[in-house]
Amino acid sequence: MERVPILKIGDILLVSIQVDMSDQTAVQLQEDLAERIVATGCHGVIIDITALDIVDSFVGRMLSTIASISKVLDAETVVVGMRPAVAITLVELGLSLNGIRTALNVERGMELIAASRADEWDEADVDEDAETTATP
Amino acid sequence: MTAGVDLGVPATQAISSDEDVVRVRQLVRTTAVAARLSLVDQTKLVTAASELARNTLIYGGGGSAEVTTVEDGRRRGVRIVFADQGPGIPNLDEAFTDGFTTGGGLGLGLSGARRLVDDFDIWTAVGEGTRITVTKWSR
Ligand SMILES: Nc1ncnc2c1ncn2[C@@H]1O[C@H](COP(=O)(O)OP(=O)(O)O)[C@@H](O)[C@H]1O
Ligand SMILES: [Mg+2]
Repeated sequence: MERVPILKIGDILLVSIQVDMSDQTAVQLQEDLAERIVATGCHGVIIDITALDIVDSFVGRMLSTIASISKVLDAETVVVGMRPAVAITLVELGLSLNGIRTALNVERGMELIAASRADEWDEADVDEDAETTATP
Repeated sequence: MTAGVDLGVPATQAISSDEDVVRVRQLVRTTAVAARLSLVDQTKLVTAASELARNTLIYGGGGSAEVTTVEDGRRRGVRIVFADQGPGIPNLDEAFTDGFTTGGGLGLGLSGARRLVDDFDIWTAVGEGTRITVTKWSR
């Protein structure tokens, strides 16, 4: 069975799916990613599907599951690079990809993750920030 | 119903493992490209084939996919026949309802595949098996 490699870039895990995955490979990726999120403490996961020429209900479910698992492990998942023909087909298939954040490419995905982490910090530090700004 | 004349010899792919489902996708893609289906139509057909091949494997207990280039005088198309000798589908209305699954899937395979192709024909008998024929035509 082929295995999809997971790269660590700074605080982000990058998965670039380059093969036509068997169902088993997809399930393995789910498990590998969960382990790597915990092992590295990364707060962002980018799944690049530029090379995927289809997304069927099995892969669609895998993407949703990865997004849910990473949320529980305090990481944000963004799916990037979906081809237009794939998007059109997904809609007709009836797959909604609920709860999945998407971006045009890896760069935009990284910006999205950075922005949402920043938002979280702002909310957590709201009192502290207020004090700092109040002090001349 | 599927009309049209066969062009060329059908290619048959056995479906008895995960890897065979991948092979069905690849065979359908190659045939759809040769039949000059548009990129979106290729994508729709390969996606439908992936769903049906997986059903053949998981619910039908394995079987085969037969892929043929067809022509109806005006246009070309690709026809795929998925066949298994599994348990059959007892209630088709139920099976074609979005979200219905007996196997913990998303329940979109049958209904979604029917939406993605131009012609969809199903024969099934409890205890005998299931045979699904789909065709996608060039526009
Ligand atoms: N070839 C088959 N043989 C027997 N039952 C099938 C077959 N294909 C589909 N089914 C039945 O139809 C249901 C719906 O299939 P599908 O729409 O692909 O959803 P899912 O695969 O997610 O269960 C399956 O759960 C199964 O009970
Ligand atoms: Mg299915």
